[in-house]
Amino acid sequence: MIKVSGLTKDYGARRAINNLNFDAQQGEIVGFLGPNGAGKTTTMRILTGYMPPTDGEAIVAGYDVVEESLEVRKRVGYLPETVPLYTDMVVFDYLKFMGDLRSIPDVEDRVDEVLDMVGLSDRSDGYIGNLSKGMRQRVGLAQALIHRPEVLILDEPTIGLDPGQVVEVRKLIRDIGKDRTVLLSTHLLNEAQNICDRVLIINKGKIVAEDTTENLQARLIGAERVILRVRGDGDELAKTIKAVKGVQGVETKEDGAVEFEFTSGKDVRPEVAKQVIKAGYDLLELRPLGMSLEEIFLELTGSDSKKK
Amino acid sequence: MKNIWTIAKREFDNYFNSPIAYVVAFAILFPVGIIFSIIMFSSSQQSSFGGPAPTPDALTNWFVILLIFFSPAVTMRLLSDEARMGTLELLLTAPVRDFELVAGKWLGAFLFILLLILVTLTFPIIMDNFVEPGIDMKVLFSSYVGVILVSAALIGLGVGISAIFTNQFAAFFVTFVLFFFLWILVGVPAGFLEKGGEVFRYLSINTHFFETMNRGTINIGDIVYFLSLTALGLFVGTTAIEIRRWR
Repeated sequence: MIKVSGLTKDYGARRAINNLNFDAQQGEIVGFLGPNGAGKTTTMRILTGYMPPTDGEAIVAGYDVVEESLEVRKRVGYLPETVPLYTDMVVFDYLKFMGDLRSIPDVEDRVDEVLDMVGLSDRSDGYIGNLSKGMRQRVGLAQALIHRPEVLILDEPTIGLDPGQVVEVRKLIRDIGKDRTVLLSTHLLNEAQNICDRVLIINKGKIVAEDTTENLQARLIGAERVILRVRGDGDELAKTIKAVKGVQGVETKEDGAVEFEFTSGKDVRPEVAKQVIKAGYDLLELRPLGMSLEEIFLELTGSDSKKK
Repeated sequence: MKNIWTIAKREFDNYFNSPIAYVVAFAILFPVGIIFSIIMFSSSQQSSFGGPAPTPDALTNWFVILLIFFSPAVTMRLLSDEARMGTLELLLTAPVRDFELVAGKWLGAFLFILLLILVTLTFPIIMDNFVEPGIDMKVLFSSYVGVILVSAALIGLGVGISAIFTNQFAAFFVTFVLFFFLWILVGVPAGFLEKGGEVFRYLSINTHFFETMNRGTINIGDIVYFLSLTALGLFVGTTAIEIRRWR
């Protein structure tokens, strides 16, 4: 449903995105992850027909974004980052206007429907200017959904929402993503982990990684790290574990727990457990420490903040 | 075409939410009303001495002059404000052609001015009742055709300039300077030049409205002049939007 090849965009001398290649299928939620200024918004603006690329090609819902821009725009729902709204308009009138621009039949019924979907039915005759930031975000989402788009492009959809609304909006996006294509950008890693089937990590205009969140973790973790905890403080625990063959990087934590690594595929956990029990400890916890998406992200984008 | 109407309708409705529109309506209609009263009063004084009957051309004359001063306020925010607020991003990602957007904005503002023109028609109608055998309908018709054409052209140019700017006051200022230029300044060299003065005269609104249509003559050339200005404005606006996309 989205197919991007060699997409490049220059702003004057600055290259915002450089030779992007990716695709997204129907029923897939793809997360676009990257630090601010990585080129997420630029890419989305090209995909929605807002501006043409400098080079490369993008096919959205079967149409070329440059050659058949109007056809693309008919089939795409877009929530821009800043959620631009006419603050002097009533919510219902605004959505009706956006619906009219998209030539929706029975537009008033459809407006009621989308207002219900985003949970704003009770504010339909209020002015947009009087809504909270979270509610405006949902009006923006309603506008993006009104024409039942095949492809939904959402730029930071949960920014500025309170935690309860974040959960609701994520659920809504997941529901929509079941039978349509959703491309959403975020710089919240847990959000990507939470709703996306697949993640594209973009940095300085280039895609640095593309995979499912699970695979990304697995791929980057050459060694698996495990935490082990016993009852009591276990002074000699580290020594016991070190003695097991294949154990690397043993590290005693402040609270007495011990972390260690082993090379993927050579699982030493059963042996470690045996030895710990043999040494007379009460084993309480033996748990793999999955690398968080944060760490993967920092690893890939080579950000300085990684070096603590 | 439907998109043009959708955009125009929103814009027209929006004028009734904005104080600027009421200020402009007042600033145009109030002076025209005063002038109407003065005309009626003075002609009633003079009629006892067999003076001339009142004519409505002074009203349309002043209406156009006031339009030159105040219509930039009607058009200044049409597209510049959309760019400033970011709502332009939604319009440009909706299935609407750039021309339809600009033409819709133009139509919305034009309908608002048309409403003001309609209101001023009450003055000649009242005047007609006091004059025997009635005011000259031919002059009335041609001057109102002129007023409508001038409005279309000024609004068109205003929309075009509004598309270039993100700041509505910059748009206002540039629009006003352009109108003032077309109204008075462009005609100035014509008085000095021995040859080529005709070109400057041709470009002036004076030549095409105040000296012709407002006196009862409609020339194809005058109609073409105003329609060309309208088209030029819409073309500039559409191009400015396209350039905005490429930046």
